[in-house]
Amino acid sequence: MATQIKIRVNERQWTVAAAPETPLLYVLSNELQLQGPRFGCGLAQCGSCSVLVDGVEKRSCVTPVSAVVGKSVTTLEGLPAWYAAQKKLAAAPARHPVQQAMIDEQAVQCGYCFNGMIIKASELLSKNPAPNEAQIRTAMNGHLCRCGSYPRVVKAIQRASQAMEATR
Amino acid sequence: MTGSLRRRNFLKAGGALVVGFPLRSVLLGQESTAARGTTPGPPDPKQVDTWLAIHADNTATVYIGFAELGQGNSTALLQVAAEELDLDMSQIKTVRLDTNVTPNQGGTYSSASIQRGGPQLRTAAAEARAALLKLASQRLNAPVDRLTVAKGVVSVAGNSAQSVTYGALVGGKLFQLPFTGSAPVKPVSEYKLVGTRVPRNEVPDKVSGKYVYMQHVRVPGMLHGRVVRPRGQSAYGAGAKMVSIDESSIRNIPGARIVRKGDFAGIVAENEWDAVRAAQQLKVTWATTPTLPGSAVLYDQMRSAKTTDRVVTDRGDVGSAMTQAAHVASGTYHCPYQAHAPFGPNCALADVKADSALVMCSTQDVYGTRGGLARLLNMPVEKVRVQYYEGSGTYGHSCYDDVAQAATVMSQLAGKPVRLQFMRWDEHGWDNYGPAHVGEVRAAADASGNIVAYEYQGWQHSWSGVETTAQLIGTPPAEFPAGGVMGVSALNCGGMYAIPNVRLVNHQLPAKEYLKGGWLRSPLDLSFSFASEQTLDQLAYMLSMDPYEFRRRNIKDERWLGVLDAVAKAAQWKPARAASKLSDAKTVTGIGIGVGTHLASYGAAVAVIEVNKETGRAVAKHLYGAIDAGQTVNPAFVENQISGQLVQTASRMFKEEVTLNTTNVTSLDWNSYPVLRFEECPEVTPVVVQRLDQRSTGAGEEVMAAAAAAIGNAFFDATGVRMRQFPLTPTRVLAALKRG
Repeated sequence: MATQIKIRVNERQWTVAAAPETPLLYVLSNELQLQGPRFGCGLAQCGSCSVLVDGVEKRSCVTPVSAVVGKSVTTLEGLPAWYAAQKKLAAAPARHPVQQAMIDEQAVQCGYCFNGMIIKASELLSKNPAPNEAQIRTAMNGHLCRCGSYPRVVKAIQRASQAMEATR
Repeated sequence: MTGSLRRRNFLKAGGALVVGFPLRSVLLGQESTAARGTTPGPPDPKQVDTWLAIHADNTATVYIGFAELGQGNSTALLQVAAEELDLDMSQIKTVRLDTNVTPNQGGTYSSASIQRGGPQLRTAAAEARAALLKLASQRLNAPVDRLTVAKGVVSVAGNSAQSVTYGALVGGKLFQLPFTGSAPVKPVSEYKLVGTRVPRNEVPDKVSGKYVYMQHVRVPGMLHGRVVRPRGQSAYGAGAKMVSIDESSIRNIPGARIVRKGDFAGIVAENEWDAVRAAQQLKVTWATTPTLPGSAVLYDQMRSAKTTDRVVTDRGDVGSAMTQAAHVASGTYHCPYQAHAPFGPNCALADVKADSALVMCSTQDVYGTRGGLARLLNMPVEKVRVQYYEGSGTYGHSCYDDVAQAATVMSQLAGKPVRLQFMRWDEHGWDNYGPAHVGEVRAAADASGNIVAYEYQGWQHSWSGVETTAQLIGTPPAEFPAGGVMGVSALNCGGMYAIPNVRLVNHQLPAKEYLKGGWLRSPLDLSFSFASEQTLDQLAYMLSMDPYEFRRRNIKDERWLGVLDAVAKAAQWKPARAASKLSDAKTVTGIGIGVGTHLASYGAAVAVIEVNKETGRAVAKHLYGAIDAGQTVNPAFVENQISGQLVQTASRMFKEEVTLNTTNVTSLDWNSYPVLRFEECPEVTPVVVQRLDQRSTGAGEEVMAAAAAAIGNAFFDATGVRMRQFPLTPTRVLAALKRG
């Protein structure tokens, strides 16, 4: 049965009516109309639905909405503000450096997987600001892409790492 | 005429105009975009207004009939139009594909956007430009040949103060001009935009969550839908037979409602999670009669099946040439069913009313899909409107038509708009797979290394012509007539070589006894090329020749030689007989080369692979791919396409295989149908062979066959063993190495 659930998404409080076991993804898509996290498999196998929960990448398709009560959820839409808070910047940039790097490298093809790619890469760089290529590949290995964008995603993450280094 | 006049009539009204009339007198006062979208298409392709509109703010809208699938064609086609119109890229845009708005340029198939769409848009834009210059000539009182255009501003040569913008000349009005196709196009030597690396329009929105994918579309009052089908399809001819359905099994989900028609079943609910869990919980018993061979005996059954045979090519005397040749190489190759498996399963939203329907989906062909939906609804096509929203990459005929049909049936049954999202197992299990293939190849060379005879015999079935939804509600299954890319052809079976004696035979299997088949990116080409190019590589080996040199000797076509040389150069190819550096090390590397195509372009590839002989793990370390697609409008896009093709080919050659038992497909998710991941991804080097003076041909699938071949040949170079089957899984590699 649907109950009133309070969740914090992109630094805003929301009260949603949902059964507690409802996967977070459906709440984000339907109640909050967010377009970052998206359905890919519903099995936590691909990463298209990824969000950050307290800064840690989670698969929203298998995370019950009740499990994020009291936590802070960040979606693709909220990444620039999340980055600004982390870096103690006065204002949020237009895009997270990883998002900008994906444009600069023209890494995207269909782009459906890029929600997860960007979320996971942002998590990685927040923990390890200067990963080497092997570390990038290992960190990203749970995120699938069908168009074959992996080589450019690796380059974009390296570029974002350098851009973040330059601003430190 | 009034503003309410419908567009089609508008266009007919202008049909009498010929270039040379004083244009001012025939430009009407109506806003050019106001009438668009109100009448069923396709709009008249013989009218310039169908293709583009010039607005008062000196910008243009181009109406394109091709789907953006992530390949960049929506930007590249604007480059073509902007080039002819002398507009800046910031002044030109396009609109959503819509059967009420955009022209019918045929489906976005066979890498056709630039090949077919480019010339159409180019000549339409040239026609519009000629008309604009005539108007400017009158306005500026100067002859056309003294006018120059930059960024949509027409100026008199030598007097830039005398100028007028396109927007001021026609802004907001229709051209009312027939599209004769006769306006002269800009010489290639004057190109400023075509051939340059303009960035893609849609990428910033795609990385920020602003891009509206089909999966994001919602409309007021809609229900969420899920289909209920067996997990994994049976033989195409068998469909799915519902034995019983226990409606009480979802009684605890009051928001969920069952919709049924024949063997078609689905759930609709206001709440998406209700629809998801009810569809999984609903107890349906399906017939489990064995209808499939199962993976273990698939190829045996295919090879021994009763087939419809066709001699595709029979040139010279293959039999006697083989007998007299110094060297004969041969092999039998087994190639699996593979899935489109779009990363986001297909989604559609249908709103079916008593006498009309609006369907939003990710089809590669809005007009083709409209026809199928009209038949399904028994409505005239004019009553059905289809709008395109990009989904995740589809790589051919995935379930986008099936999901559109299913959403339509569910909306009709529910009496409300229905948004249907396929689940992962629906998409993986009910795909139109790239068909499995058995190839038997023989090739012969004389002692000096000339290929003298070639024979290819191939076994596979054709494509399925009726979608699952239509089949489940009662339409009998039907197959496409074999031919073209659906069977053996010279394209990838030796056609690029100069060979005097050639015999190609196609053995068509009965499609209804196998899985549903369809166009999977570079259909069957990887299979043909894997078999053909390994056989020819074996000849080079028997001749103790370098495989690159062997190909150079036997290819006479300049453009094939061009891509072959380009890729060899990029890979810094060092001449050597294959398998000349075999070692006892646990991990060995090899390099291989191959050529191949899909239809009209030229592809060549080099692969460097690594094989662990103890574990059987084989991975591509570096793939090089070269494409000559004639005039390449945007080299950056083609490089991205080549990179994607190389990575996807690695996935298909090392990982991907649809599995089946005797009743159902059993590869239903990313665990049971593994694809390439980051840690196994090769480095890639794309090479564009630019030929601005040649007509553009496809670039979206033209180097996969070459890459498949290069991988097979690299394996032989590393191990001295021929892989006769892909994907090159550890089990299969270990078995091949043991066999020797």
